[in-house]
Amino acid sequence: MTLFVQIIVSGLATGAIYSALALALVLIFRATNVVNFGQGEMATFSAYFTWQLCLWGLPLWLSIAIGLACSFLLGVLTFRLFIRPLLAAPVEATVVVTLGMFVLFQAMVTWLWGAEQKPFPSLFPEGSFSLGDVRILASSAGTLLMLIVLAAVIGCLFAFTRLGLSMRAAAFDRVRSVLVGVNVERMLMLGWGFAAVIGTVAAVLVAPRLFLSPTMMTPILFYGLAAATVGGWDSPLGAVAGGLLVGVSESLGANYVGFLGADMRIAVPIVLTLFVLLVKPVGLFGSQKVTKL
Amino acid sequence: MTLLDIRNLSAGYGKVRALFDCTLGIGENEFVVLLGANGAGKTTLLRALSGTIRSSGEIAYGGSDLQKMAPERRLQCGIAQIPQGRGTFTEFTVDENLTLGATIVSDSRRVRRDKERWYDRFPRLRERRSQLAGNLSGGEQQMLAVARALMSRPKLLLCDEPSLGLAPVITREIFAIFKELRDTDGMTLLVVEQNADLSLKFADRAYVIEAGHIVSEGSASAILADEHIQKSYLGD
Repeated sequence: MTLFVQIIVSGLATGAIYSALALALVLIFRATNVVNFGQGEMATFSAYFTWQLCLWGLPLWLSIAIGLACSFLLGVLTFRLFIRPLLAAPVEATVVVTLGMFVLFQAMVTWLWGAEQKPFPSLFPEGSFSLGDVRILASSAGTLLMLIVLAAVIGCLFAFTRLGLSMRAAAFDRVRSVLVGVNVERMLMLGWGFAAVIGTVAAVLVAPRLFLSPTMMTPILFYGLAAATVGGWDSPLGAVAGGLLVGVSESLGANYVGFLGADMRIAVPIVLTLFVLLVKPVGLFGSQKVTKL
Repeated sequence: MTLLDIRNLSAGYGKVRALFDCTLGIGENEFVVLLGANGAGKTTLLRALSGTIRSSGEIAYGGSDLQKMAPERRLQCGIAQIPQGRGTFTEFTVDENLTLGATIVSDSRRVRRDKERWYDRFPRLRERRSQLAGNLSGGEQQMLAVARALMSRPKLLLCDEPSLGLAPVITREIFAIFKELRDTDGMTLLVVEQNADLSLKFADRAYVIEAGHIVSEGSASAILADEHIQKSYLGD
């Protein structure tokens, strides 16, 4: 029983990272109707930038704060340069552009910082604490806590502020939003900025576990896509739940299904996605609207 | 005093022209209907006014040139539009719809005051303030669309076929509200309609549009009495 709970907790902590990236993907999808395949690599770039600030001697948390702020600007800039010119273009064109961003940011990171792995300082103290029989790593608890705060901030932004309302309106119906005076392009731009910040949070949570490398977010993007599909592409809440579900089932699968082990654990999100698509194609929290795609 | 002065307005979609050199004027605090059959160019004219499609010709609004203004700027100058098919955000609550209507108003206290005012005027909307707009009846949605447009405190209200899909008694109520806005709030209205009989009873003046041309103009009572116009253009 203790082991079981331990596996769940560790799955939740990993899942929190998937949730964060899935949340970023879903925000972009809702606003611009496109899957941003470059989301993970953009985050890698911002994580490297954060690491560079640390290397120059800034304290870790200050580096992260600056890194997050810069990733917001990076998201805004990406939207202005690559996405805005294509707003009226078919979705396929935009998808190719986001695939191009995947390559671009990975290449930029390799060019600027090299391909070898670099250690990234942990955001949370070493060690663990006990809750009953269960030992919980401080980093697991910290990661989960970060996700909860992040999800709550984004949730409140959308539910309770006029800015969030305008952003939702712009994502929902561009023409009508223009008629009520919503500056649609600015809202989409902000959406890209916020998504980039959330992606960067995922990256700085991953980096201490995996080491910093130009491809570190590629598997996370894969899990994030699975999480968004499981939760439903038009639901931020679904993205969070989907990420946690993917994390927990991956952790359970790797520990309890003998033949999977550590190497084949990536099969778990694939099976889970397949299952959800068969049972509820729009995702667990998705609405019917998405099926038209 | 002319509030809206439209001269030689032409517009279209791609190579297809839908409006040909339309000239019309709307006086301050006047309630004007633009009558015409399906496809006559009514909606195109409203879109040209709100700036959601490109057009050529002059549109003067209170002395300033509308053609040079972006859509959101026109809204800030006091021109609000209720598009065809209600124009509400169906997946948002009634209250959120009203908040969205006040996007250009930055003073939150003013937004709250205006909301109360329109909730007082439309008690049904207050009862349903936390329901999704898509779940309202057609008439309630049209009232929401009107209230939403009023939240931006417009001087000129443009409305596209409010009668579409509504029961006659509810259409009558909507028009009564328009007249009330004209009488008590000093608003100017341009309403596009197919339902000539009803709209002419409430409006001051009317234009008739046919195949993209303005073919007739006159006081509402004169148009209503003109059998030739009624027969030729309004399908009675």
